[in-house]
Amino acid sequence: MSKLSAPPLPVWADVILLPILNLLAALFVCGLIIAALGENPFEALIVMINGAFFYSGSLGFTLYYTTNFIFTGLAVAIAFHAMLFNIGGEGQAYLGGLGAGLVALALGGVVPALIVIPLAIMASALFGAAWAFIPGYLQAKRGSHIVITTIMFNFIAASLMVWLLAGPLIQPGQQSPQTPKFDVSTHLPTATDFLNSFGMSVANSPLNFSFIIAIACLILFWVIVWKTKFGYELRAVGHNSEAAHYAGINVPRTIIIAMLISGAFAGLMATNEILGVQHKVILNFTSGFGFTGIAVALMGRNHPVGIFLASLLFGALFQGGAELDFEFKSITREMILVIQGMIILFSGALAYMFNPYVARLIYRVTQAKKAKHG
Amino acid sequence: MAEFLYQLLLTFDATIRVATPLILCAMAGMFSERSGIIDISLEGKLLMGAFVAAAVAAITGSPWLGVICAVFACVIFALIHGFACITHRGNQVVSGLALNILASGLTVTIGIALFRQGGQTPVLGKEARFRPIEWPLLETLDTVPVIGVIYRELISGHNTLTYLALIIVPICAFVYYKTRFGLRLRAVGDVPKAVDSAGVSVSWMRYRAVIIAGVLCGIAGAYLSTGQGAGFVREMSAGKGYIALAAVIFGKWKPYTAFAACLLFGFLDAASARLQGVEIPLIGEAPSQLMLALPYIIVVVVLAGFIGKASPPTAIGEPYIK
Repeated sequence: MSKLSAPPLPVWADVILLPILNLLAALFVCGLIIAALGENPFEALIVMINGAFFYSGSLGFTLYYTTNFIFTGLAVAIAFHAMLFNIGGEGQAYLGGLGAGLVALALGGVVPALIVIPLAIMASALFGAAWAFIPGYLQAKRGSHIVITTIMFNFIAASLMVWLLAGPLIQPGQQSPQTPKFDVSTHLPTATDFLNSFGMSVANSPLNFSFIIAIACLILFWVIVWKTKFGYELRAVGHNSEAAHYAGINVPRTIIIAMLISGAFAGLMATNEILGVQHKVILNFTSGFGFTGIAVALMGRNHPVGIFLASLLFGALFQGGAELDFEFKSITREMILVIQGMIILFSGALAYMFNPYVARLIYRVTQAKKAKHG
Repeated sequence: MAEFLYQLLLTFDATIRVATPLILCAMAGMFSERSGIIDISLEGKLLMGAFVAAAVAAITGSPWLGVICAVFACVIFALIHGFACITHRGNQVVSGLALNILASGLTVTIGIALFRQGGQTPVLGKEARFRPIEWPLLETLDTVPVIGVIYRELISGHNTLTYLALIIVPICAFVYYKTRFGLRLRAVGDVPKAVDSAGVSVSWMRYRAVIIAGVLCGIAGAYLSTGQGAGFVREMSAGKGYIALAAVIFGKWKPYTAFAACLLFGFLDAASARLQGVEIPLIGEAPSQLMLALPYIIVVVVLAGFIGKASPPTAIGEPYIK
């Protein structure tokens, strides 16, 4: 079926209807898989929704995951606006953790919290940006395919971190590859402490100050992309880099800056995991959140509002999915990966599968209405 | 010195064992990428193949049935990739990524549902695995210096799938360079319009290429879990699909050079395992993490054009619109 033969899709259908249809298709296939494994998909859905929002403390966990996905989703989205595919969020976040960790280890307890925390947060963004700089530079100046270089940089980051955590940075006298615990002054304030200090009693959750940073980043993203000269250049390069070049835009520079911002967003994910929760640098703390950012950006159509909603969806999925372990015999939290894969497949690779059908349907309905009124 | 050479020989032997899945996946990647379809889902297919082969072998006791089912499963994965990338002109990287994540989830989910061992398959007995094949005349040749030990350690004693992988390379090269299919394959990744003008279906060519990739990945997966290993463990592909992709790029999308890259990367892997914690004169402790990262670093350097120029198929990653 050719795309040309389909009538154009109204904006509301493209932005709201299609993503929902794709999501439903993905969930439908997952439901079939759950049914094939011998469990009731509707029961699983109810368990996941309860587990994500209604059990005590679950909302905090959901928002804590959401925080991670906002950062990694923004990282992918800003690069997408320049038509760059940054698959390296995983590695950039990993290095961001290193940056935050080095500052926290060096200055924790030496200088007051009000100084060390901002420095550590900046270091995580800086290290993430630095790790994205090389692929960005190689794409801009040497034409290396950014998808491949960022994949390779994920693996190089993994090797580097194993070496550092098992060698120079290991806690003395310890066997497991991780740094010593950070000083208490570096710990980000948690939502639980904050609300308890107002006399509200809430269940423990890892939700922390990073969530505020994430929301600020969403707004910052909107300003950068739609309200600055750089944002204009970014989108111009994304739409047509040749035209942008002839319009006098420095394309390589735009690509490199886009990747720097992208890496910084990814790096900031470490504030949530390292400064907010773990309070030490551990192996593989990124645990695939960088890859989920791709799904978030795809579903969120590279717009802050969409990214927030998609992050919330994935946050709920991750938290609710953990409940599957306790309630069912045959399905476990790995089901999250299946759902995630299906969502990426349907709302990413097959994004426009339903497009012609929906377009024709809407066209027919509007024609029929016109005929009635005419 | 003799001891060093013997150790080197053993490392070469290990290299072949480690390189087998890389070789099969690299050939798979070459076919797919040459037709114009980026295939980062080598990793996911490898993992899926490993799981299905081990699961079927565990249930039926037949490793051959395991390979066949693994191939079948990987072809289904390849067809999904084709459906998204060729039929619906979706983003090839996104599709590949989706399949990789799907494979991570499905293998463990189905594994737990079937065997309830935390995502692993039961350990496979001897009869459910591909066993090393002892070549004839081992004792006779043992008496011959040098050749005897090379024959025993390096040439003999691998399993069927390893020998199959080594035979597949020249077959791939033959198909690639000497057949009409190979010619069209190379053309369809460079100038699909020309192939279309010649009356050959671009879509069908690309579908055939991804199906071949699926078959080869299935065999590679079966090797991991029923040849090299004795059962499936979660995430057992451990980045090998990506290393194979790196080998395809380092080998400039050509069969023999990609094969050589696989051997090099396999050797780095085998040597780093062997040198773990060993003190080397002048260098100090062997930098095993660096050696493991070296394939990835090499690819970055090659892609940046610092060592020769990597020239990917011209139309790679672009959906063909008539």
